[in-house]
Amino acid sequence: MRSESIKSPLLQLQKVRKIFPGVLALDDVDFSARRGEIHAIMGENGAGKSTLIKVLTGAYPRDGGRMMLDGAEIAPRSPQEAQRLGISTVYQEVNLIPSLSVAENIFLGRQPTRWGRIDWRQIRRRAQAALERLDLSIDVGRQLSSYSIAIQQMVAIARAIDISARLLILDEPTSSLDANEVQRLFAVMRKLRDEGMAIIFVSHFLDQIYAITDRITVLRNGRLIGEYPTSQLSRQDLIARMMGRELADLDVQLQQEESGQRDSHQSISMRDIIGRGIIPSPGTRGEGHGGGFLSTPNQSSAPSPALPRSTGGGSEMPSPILRARSLGRSGSIQPFDLEIGAGEVIGLAGLLGSGRSEMARLLFGIDVADSGDIEIGGRKRVFRQPRQAIALGLAFCPEDRKTSGIIPELSIRENIVLALQARGGLFKSLSRARQDEIASGYIKALGIATPSAEQSIGNLSGGNQQKAILARWLAADPRLLILDEPTRGIDVGAKAEIQKLVLSLCRQGTAIVFISSELEEVVRVSDRVLVLRDRALVGQLRGAAISEQAIMQTIAQERPAEVAR
Amino acid sequence: MSSQAVLESASTAPKRGADFGRLHLWGKLLWPALALAILLAIDGICIRGFFSVSIVQGRLTGTLVDIFRYGAPVMVLSVGMTFVLATGGVDLSVGAIMALAGAIAAKAAMPTSLNGMGISPGSGIAIALLVSVLAGMWNGMSVAWLGMQPIVATLVLMVAGRGIARLCIGAANVPLSGTIWTALHNPHLTLPMAPIIVLIVAVVAGLLTRVTSIGLFVEALGGNPVASRYAGVRVGLITFMVYVFCGLCAGIAGIISSADVMIANASSTGMYMELDAILAVVIGGTALTGGRFSLVGSLIGALLIQTLQTTLIYKVPIQQTLVIKAVVVLAVCLLQSAEFRRKSLAVCARLGLSRTRKAAAQVAS
Repeated sequence: MRSESIKSPLLQLQKVRKIFPGVLALDDVDFSARRGEIHAIMGENGAGKSTLIKVLTGAYPRDGGRMMLDGAEIAPRSPQEAQRLGISTVYQEVNLIPSLSVAENIFLGRQPTRWGRIDWRQIRRRAQAALERLDLSIDVGRQLSSYSIAIQQMVAIARAIDISARLLILDEPTSSLDANEVQRLFAVMRKLRDEGMAIIFVSHFLDQIYAITDRITVLRNGRLIGEYPTSQLSRQDLIARMMGRELADLDVQLQQEESGQRDSHQSISMRDIIGRGIIPSPGTRGEGHGGGFLSTPNQSSAPSPALPRSTGGGSEMPSPILRARSLGRSGSIQPFDLEIGAGEVIGLAGLLGSGRSEMARLLFGIDVADSGDIEIGGRKRVFRQPRQAIALGLAFCPEDRKTSGIIPELSIRENIVLALQARGGLFKSLSRARQDEIASGYIKALGIATPSAEQSIGNLSGGNQQKAILARWLAADPRLLILDEPTRGIDVGAKAEIQKLVLSLCRQGTAIVFISSELEEVVRVSDRVLVLRDRALVGQLRGAAISEQAIMQTIAQERPAEVAR
Repeated sequence: MSSQAVLESASTAPKRGADFGRLHLWGKLLWPALALAILLAIDGICIRGFFSVSIVQGRLTGTLVDIFRYGAPVMVLSVGMTFVLATGGVDLSVGAIMALAGAIAAKAAMPTSLNGMGISPGSGIAIALLVSVLAGMWNGMSVAWLGMQPIVATLVLMVAGRGIARLCIGAANVPLSGTIWTALHNPHLTLPMAPIIVLIVAVVAGLLTRVTSIGLFVEALGGNPVASRYAGVRVGLITFMVYVFCGLCAGIAGIISSADVMIANASSTGMYMELDAILAVVIGGTALTGGRFSLVGSLIGALLIQTLQTTLIYKVPIQQTLVIKAVVVLAVCLLQSAEFRRKSLAVCARLGLSRTRKAAAQVAS
């Protein structure tokens, strides 16, 4: 361990404050980053991490407080200005231009010129040198998009450093990298740290925080909770400080959830939701009234045909609510067979690009199958539009909530009622009172942190946006809910809440298809796991056979062991 | 967040929510309304009797009445255009559809001896509106189902529409006659007919979008078409409908415009009106990229444009009007831009600061 005393603070924030309409996003936060250290900013969704970083990089003007870089007060008004001061940021999504070469990307906007013309030889040489600093030797003349995301991220870092960064901010850089790539990134980060650079690292992966950082700053609800040396803060303590409660409690809660004995005073429980009549209890939805709380007297539409559904929880094979036969689409996913029973949680496991999302898109009618069909309620169909799937009780939370989930400009209320309204048709509209009731009910039940249902959903943090999208589908009372990476990029607490929600829903008879890159999570929630590899279904595991080990073995196998029936 | 906090925030949510919504709406309307007020104030000072309204021979007359009367076509157009822009599209063909509607109505009412259809002027107007709806359907089909870019799809009718109008009635003025045209031109009412039609169109459009879910779907579609499709919104149908409605509004505007001068003219009717309509909607706070729309805002935008037009006719030599119009439009757009307001305030603050510093320095010395 290196001594802390010689590291003088490079960046210092004092009582920084940021106010959004109705939300105090940063409440007098102090923060400092020293030379030669890797500093983690931790917090749950809505804690103020992203806001702090946006203030640091000048993307948001601050509403109060002081910010000092190397002892001089600064007030960057744009990321470009921050970059000139030596503060560079590399985001989760690589902000480069895929169709240009690596070298062009590194020098875009500041090309060295010679006799008024771009000096390509110098660009290539210097790009090569910048990448060598990161121990990366690749052909800088090749198009950026021909390299993996990991390499693209390295290029982004090389660009940031080459514009003379003194402070490097890495915002969720590892979320799309595999284990080896993460190690490679860490090697680069250690090298830069040892050269005296200050690095701010934001990540949801606790292992990575403990593997790489020297110091942790914890935020909660826009306030500073504290700054700790990583070696002196245990994981339990860290999580407790992030969430304001003990992790031990959470684990107990989860276990109780799974064994069916629920604690009555936890922060979310499905019993609350059911009790308030937001989601009809299993008893109220039988064959008689198909549409759940859509079928209240003044809301007569129940477009879904009556489907057989068990009230869940039984150990016998549930009756299938959906049956796909040799459903496939060339270039997307090879034909597969699939049966889903009421109340069943089916996990889809596989590496990135193995065809998990493609399977979901076929089931939901986003992509049109070119072979096979889907049988629901005894009739065979081929979906050409999501709304056909929705009319039969399917729901889908897409992987990328920003581009295909939320409608950022609209309010939380409008986002929540959208699917329900769309299913009702053009001319039926829920009364404003009913909309308010539904929206505030779900905001409360799912613990969406917002001062009002009329806030634009774009102002919410990632985890709260995800909860609102979940609410959109819960309000539509689906029979089969497809969740594609529902916990990506959100914190531990919200993750556990979403997992709990999945378990409670299936207990009521809603079938769930659960897609996640985190095997631990898939193992935890699934009754059955389908394993995919190279855009084909290669095996399935049931009950006690489900373990991370078994899934990885199935993925690694040369030939499919048991082809799904 | 603890469950207690969740409970508390949820119980206060609906009340505060309503306030937020209203604030948002007024915030959007503030700048166009302010611009209109400033323009009216300037007019009130510079033009004698600008605000005086009197009843002459049983009819309300005055400059303000004229603004409402002659601004009616742009106002009707802006209602239809609002929805098109809110979906992220644009309709360039409305001016041409106006000319087409006037030409069809005139052609239908012409006697058969003059190559007309020889039917009553009332039926002629009905046929003209039907043709406008068909034109809207053509635009809607091209954009919604053939996947054409709105600007290109509607450019086709922008050129072809006027061409068809010319095929119907040639390049000359065709006088309109008949009781229905007279009634539209100068009804036996205190109020002129055109603003009444605007009111009806606007109220019907408002009810259609806000009492049903169509308004929500239009805004959702403009805000994020992919997410809307995934949520089950009938994206194609909604897109089609907004162009059809825009076509109908263009037809109505064409009839009002022709009744104004009691002449159908394939060349001059609705010339460049599509640009005024788009401008009115944008001034009213609906973004060209789609999303939230405001019908009231669009109407205010249209009134602003017409007030400007009227002012210029009074005060400015004809050869300068276009340039001055451009300057005022630029000023209004700058006023609307939050970025511009922030920067100009910062500049003012800096100027003020340096002045106080200088003053302080003088005092000190």
